[in-house]
Formats: sequence, structure tokens, C-alpha cells
Amino acid sequence: MPHSALTRRGAIGALLGTLAVTPAVAATTLLNVSYDPTRELYRDINRAFIAAWKAKTGDVVTINQSHGGSGAQARAVLDGLQADVVTLALAADIDALAQRGLLAADWQSRLPDNAAPFTSTIVFLVRKGNPKQIHDWPDLLKPGVQVITPNPKTSGGARWNVLGALAWARRQPGATDASAEDYLRALFHQVPVLDTGARGATTSFAQRGLGDVLLAWENEAFLARKEFGDADFEIVLPSVSILAEPPVAVVDSVVDKRDTRTVAEAYLHFLYTPEGQEIGARNFYRPRDPAVAARYAETFPQLTLATIQDFGGWAKAQPAYFADGGLFDRIFMPGK
Amino acid sequence: MTLLLVLPLAVIFTQALSKGWGAVQDALAEPDAGSAIGLTLMVAAVTVPLNAVCGTAAAWCIGRFRFPGRTLLTTLIELPFSVSPVISGLVWVLLFGANGWFGPWLDRHGVRVVFAFPGLVLATVFVTFPFVARSLIPLMQEQGASEEEAAITLGAGGWQTFRRVTLPNIRWALLYGVLLCNARAMGEFGAVSVVSGHIRGQTLTMPLYVEALFNDYEWVGAFTVAALLSMLALVTLALRLLLERRVGAGRRMHA
Repeated sequence: MPHSALTRRGAIGALLGTLAVTPAVAATTLLNVSYDPTRELYRDINRAFIAAWKAKTGDVVTINQSHGGSGAQARAVLDGLQADVVTLALAADIDALAQRGLLAADWQSRLPDNAAPFTSTIVFLVRKGNPKQIHDWPDLLKPGVQVITPNPKTSGGARWNVLGALAWARRQPGATDASAEDYLRALFHQVPVLDTGARGATTSFAQRGLGDVLLAWENEAFLARKEFGDADFEIVLPSVSILAEPPVAVVDSVVDKRDTRTVAEAYLHFLYTPEGQEIGARNFYRPRDPAVAARYAETFPQLTLATIQDFGGWAKAQPAYFADGGLFDRIFMPGK
Repeated sequence: MTLLLVLPLAVIFTQALSKGWGAVQDALAEPDAGSAIGLTLMVAAVTVPLNAVCGTAAAWCIGRFRFPGRTLLTTLIELPFSVSPVISGLVWVLLFGANGWFGPWLDRHGVRVVFAFPGLVLATVFVTFPFVARSLIPLMQEQGASEEEAAITLGAGGWQTFRRVTLPNIRWALLYGVLLCNARAMGEFGAVSVVSGHIRGQTLTMPLYVEALFNDYEWVGAFTVAALLSMLALVTLALRLLLERRVGAGRRMHA
């Protein structure tokens, strides 16, 4: 389509217009750079926060969202994506930003509960009737079972998947580091494809029909059942899983430059309010607030959960398992 | 073979219409959809004229003159075709990202390049650069410089020669290149995906918006925007057929 001179001039005018007005509205926009499955959660949270902020201060705030694999999103923020707040899948990805001086090293103690307003865990999503009879981690190694998980290099959920698998393997009688590593190697032998983010893995499994079992965030598994129909999928709770704590933080270097600290902090605090917790629970994230948690006790059954502390915290787990030359690189050979 | 080409198109349009016209209209009424369409048009509006001018200049140099490094320049023009689009995006992040060569300087001066409009334009310009030049070079080589030389001899100035002699000779091939350039500029995914930052309503072009909607489980929306892009492709195809005839006829006349 060739552009007429008129539309071209109009477009350039519009472009100049945007450039000119950007600084004026900059103070009242926030960019929340988040991981993959939180699309629906933050759509609801943002709507509620915008109303609450308007009621409290009279100011109108606009919240922009960016979603992708947690590791990839952290990378983009490092490369200059102007995130006022980051809401990522795991602490290591925010630690990476802190190491480069984008936010204070003590970011995780600035908010309650390790700066994770909600928790989740890793569950199995299987097809209707559980045709491959998958009930626990060892069943994933059955011949012919294809396991769908995203790539731990780019996806936070996938890293929790790996830790969940390791947590189970390390609790077996006579388990050693070597036996846990063997289990993981065998597990990834069953993986036909690695998507970059959790949502890509879910659509691979649910929409494109790939694989027999999806290792998924609990919230993502619930949402998949809601979107694709309860009748088609079942959730299987393994005997052991991992307590996933997806943390949130204000990016100091960005909010100080953009002068948005007050509203950014209020935004994150909102996640801890009863209203924020309720929205989280409705979107299948496990709430921290005991009163809200009690109301959703039936949705979220109690599980045996290992924690990241069992692996020495992310400061140890990230380099040991997921950095270049770490455990995952040793056990996973693409195309084998 | 025809089935292979027609079937995906059919799927896109039936999926878009699977919940009726109302759903399609709702999908297009979304503010994010409007912003994706506007952004795509704006990127194309900057990219296409830029590449038309630069491509014509490059083709003129190569087609009309012999100079050292001419082969190298020809190869350079083709470079974006042989480089993966992801790399074409990544180079801009490596150059202008916060940790890139010019990133810190740009940051101090408050200029945003990657994860903003300029980055999208840079990536698109790079990826679509060869189209205009490539469609002009063979023609200009074939035509030779004799008509231009005659015009100069008769006292025409440089600009006059270009406007009265060169441009009319190449106009159909130029339009053809512009058309392809525009189609690719609006449809490019890989390179812009790397520099976009994926901010909804801000840096999502139409192809990126399709991906975002698909991942949001918004099938109708995803296929509606995909259908828009497909219509662009169909229009491009029709115009292309038309232009190919013109270009072909022009060449025969010349020979």
C-alpha cells in the first residue's frame, strides 16, 4: 500500500505529537514487566489498583504491561526496558538486576513474605481420564510419556519445575546428588520441545495437543482448565513439589529517574491488601493473607512442599543448576 | 500446493469469524488493537520512504557507475536477507541497549532507542533495506546511463535529469520495491520482537500483537488481527501482479 503524502504527513505529525506529550504524562504511567502466566492476574489487579489510587489521591495512573519468560524479561530490563516495577517468577531474576545496580541489594526484605505477595507450586496437567496413568514424578519416566515444560534458561516456571523434580528425587531412599541428577536427565529425555515461556508451553500442550503431561504452575494449570474446559484436562498433585515464591520489586534506578516511586510502591503494597489478595486467589495464586487463604482452602489443597532454602536459596541454586555449565547444561542435550 | 497456500488463509478467516462479526468488531475496538495498527502504520510510514530514497541512491550508484568496492556494496545491500531477523534485532540492542556501545550515552541524554519507537524503526529499516535497491539494480544496469548523459548534454541539471529522465524510467520497478518493502515492514516479526520490549498498547506492532493475543487465549482477537495482516498480503499480491506486468512491459519496450 503506497502512502499518500497526506497520511504520511499525518503519521509523522502523530509521531511528533507523541514525542511531545510523553514527558507530560510520564509521571502517571507505570510499566510492570512481568512473567508469562500473570497476564490475567495483572489485568484484574491493574483495574482495581487504578480505581483505588483514584479514590485515594484523585490521580489517574495508567499501568502498562509487558509479559514474557521471566529470564528473558529480566534480560530486557537489564538492556534498558524502563520497568518501574518487576513482578517476576523467581528471586534470582531480580537478583540479576540488583547485581547490575538497578535496584538495592536488599530488595527482597523491603516487602513482607520475601517480597512474594502470592505463592504457587508446580503441578501436573494431564489429559482427560489420565490415559498414561501419571500420578507422581517417577511416572513421568514411563516409556512413551512425553513431558512438556518450558526452557529453564528463559522461563522461571521451568526452573521451579526442575527444582520440584529435584526435591522429589532427593527425598527418595538412598538418594544422592548423582541420583537426583540422573532422574533429571531421564526426565528431560522425555521432553520433545522447550518453549521460552510458561504460556507457550501451555498452548503447546492444551491447544496444539503436544505431549502427555504439562509441568505447570498451579495457577497456569487451573487457568488452562478454565480456558480450555474442565472436561478435557485433569490436575495431578505430585507427592512432593516446591513452594514457588514469585517476587515483586520496585526498580530503584527507573522510579528515581521517572519520579514514580510513590505510586510504584503503592502498587506493590496493593498486592498485599485483602482486595489484592482476593484478586490473586481468584486468579489461582495462593494468597498469603490467612483470612483470604481460609476462604480458598478448598481450591488450594495442602501439599508437601520443598522450599528454595532447601537448595541453599537462589543465590546458590541459580549458578549451580541454571547458569552456563550448571546442572541443566550437563543433563540436557538438545535434539537427543 | 495450492491447498498448502490457500488452507492457512482459509483457517485464519474462519477462525476470525468463528464467533461472528460482533466479536471481530469488538476485537478491533480494543484500544490495544488500535495502537498496534497505528504503530505498524507509523513504522511503515517512516521506514518505507527512507528505504525508497536510500535504496534508489544505492541502486543508482551500483547501476550507473564502476568504482572500487562496488561488489562489496552490492553484497552489503543483500546482507539483511542472509542474516536471521533475530540477529537483525539483537544488533540494535547490543548497540543501543543499556549495556550497549551507545546505551549509557543515550541514557544520560534521556533518549530511548530500543524498547521504543526508534528501535522498531531501526530494526525494520535494516530488515527491509534490500527490497527497493534489489528491484532497481538490474533495471538500472540494463538501461545504462545514455539517456541521462543525453539530458545532461542538452543542459539539464542534476535534479532535473533525475526527475525527468531517471525517475520515469524506473518508476514501476521502484513502486514494486516499495510495495515489497512495505509488506515486509508491516509483517516483520523476529527483528521487532527483539527490540520491542512487548509493552502492550505501546510497542506491540500488529504481528507481535497477534502473538500476545494468542498467548492470552484470545483466539478471535488473534485471528482477527492476523486476518487484517493477511488482507494486506493479498492486496500486496494483487498490486504485485499488476506491477510485474508493468515492469515486464517497460523492459521489453526498452529492449
